[in-house]
Amino acid sequence: MRILVTVKFTPDLQSNRSFSDGTVIRTADDGSMNELDENAVEAALQLVEAAGEGEVYALTVGGPDAVAAVRKALQLGANHAIHVSDGAAAGSDVFGTAAVLAAAIRKVHDEAPLDLVITGMAALDGLTSMLPTALAAELDWAQLTLASSLEVADGQATIVRNLPDAAETVTAPLPAVVSVTDELNKPRYPNFKLIMAARKAEVATWSLADLGVEPMSVGAGAARTTVVDASERPARADQKIVTDKGQGGAELAAFLIEKGLA
Amino acid sequence: MSNVTIAVLIEQRDGAVARPSLEALTLARTLGTPVAVWLGVDPSADAMAQLAEYGAAEVRVANIGAESRYPAKAAAAIAAATEDARLLLVVSTFLNKEVVTRLAVTTGAGVVVDAAGVEFVDGEVEAFQTVFAATWNVRTRISGGKAIVGIRPNTTTASATDVPGAASIVQVSVELPATRETITAVEPVVAVEGVPLSEAPVVVSGGRGTGGDYALVTEFAELLGGAVGASRDATDEGWISHQHMIGQTGTTVTPALYVACGISGAVHHRGGMQASGTIVAINMDPDAPIFEICDFGVVGSLFDVLPQAIEAVKAHRAL
Repeated sequence: MRILVTVKFTPDLQSNRSFSDGTVIRTADDGSMNELDENAVEAALQLVEAAGEGEVYALTVGGPDAVAAVRKALQLGANHAIHVSDGAAAGSDVFGTAAVLAAAIRKVHDEAPLDLVITGMAALDGLTSMLPTALAAELDWAQLTLASSLEVADGQATIVRNLPDAAETVTAPLPAVVSVTDELNKPRYPNFKLIMAARKAEVATWSLADLGVEPMSVGAGAARTTVVDASERPARADQKIVTDKGQGGAELAAFLIEKGLA
Repeated sequence: MSNVTIAVLIEQRDGAVARPSLEALTLARTLGTPVAVWLGVDPSADAMAQLAEYGAAEVRVANIGAESRYPAKAAAAIAAATEDARLLLVVSTFLNKEVVTRLAVTTGAGVVVDAAGVEFVDGEVEAFQTVFAATWNVRTRISGGKAIVGIRPNTTTASATDVPGAASIVQVSVELPATRETITAVEPVVAVEGVPLSEAPVVVSGGRGTGGDYALVTEFAELLGGAVGASRDATDEGWISHQHMIGQTGTTVTPALYVACGISGAVHHRGGMQASGTIVAINMDPDAPIFEICDFGVVGSLFDVLPQAIEAVKAHRAL
């Protein structure tokens, strides 16, 4: 079982994030791997453990800080880490990012075939959840997205995805792109031995040239969308907090009535 | 820009037009000439009348049946129905985000999803969103060509046109692409009674502080004409089904009024509700993060505060 997990470096959700020139400011101090990618790494580790053999690759694309995301995957138990780092990829939209990731996945797949690519359901910074679909389209592999259960047997992967109107069972031959929800599993904590090993582990660093990706085809210049303005939302004005001493409910009702909400 | 064709993918619920699609049609009227895109059997006379009432003079029907559950196939049908459209509006659901991604891959369109609004600026499409758990406002330009925008429910007030005409049906033929994946079972979810959570104008949510007792939360929601939500804690405890979970991986809501009862306001929860109109919080802990983002907060027990609030609202209405 050979599985590649795509991971994303995202800012810590508790930290203050900001925009500059239309891109998110991310720093190594307050970020790591996108939390929902932990479920993807966990799913890959469990499948390899159940198969009794196999390898897990962690792949990310991003600036120098992004290496923190694949190091986190190594700490959790991934065997190999790849960091695609190239200034020309900066500012890519979801389609550019998918093209770069797909090129790196093909490189790994050509060395020895992969069974699955697993991703988190969304990145908690952008949360568009478009990447898994874009990646499946780019690779021309099956798309098994938003999995809340995942089984692999006899060269087929089968998921259940819970949409608001129905639970769908979807199956496909390998290789497939699977995105997993946080309902699928409970990610493990890194153990001390793996943390120490991850520190020393080698991370392969690839450029766009290594992947045969034309620099002009990705990056900010090729992006179909551009952030033209970003501003921090003002804090809620005229905030009122009362302590209930037997009148809290009445005050709450009065507030709603005054606002025309009750 | 009134001669510009703005396509709107219509969400259906048991054959009827879902309210967020009426909001999208209302928004489309401000941008150009709306045309409705309908996947499935021909709309009923009622649905046609409603689409016309909200400004769609043309309803383009692609009847691909259950194949519309495949994002790539739905995308092909929508592509065939929207060749002349400058902009496609869809309701920002998990499925639609996959559909528009496929559509963008094949048409080269630019996409913004989870948007709160859209307008033309110097002939270019610009969409606005709130990001980072709704702490930032962002405006994104979609350059050139075709644009696709996913709109969140409750971000436009649906209103009928003053001069409704009649709408006509145009059948669209489409060749569906093959997919590598196969849907082998579809088990319908028993819908929660009342307004769907993502579209409800009022949401009353309960968290750990309910201890699993949703009677008061439900009563208050019903009184205000809203839906019942829950925090991750509560759904993990099995107190209430996952359908009610509000947060970044559950349902994102933007109601006019959000009432958080016994919810501390962890960042994942806030990301799913922070863009709501008015936020009210009831919590025993004065340091709960939910108080940082509320308009009105009561430090106290929901079991004391809610019954009194319910009585006071009822008394006011009886006046």
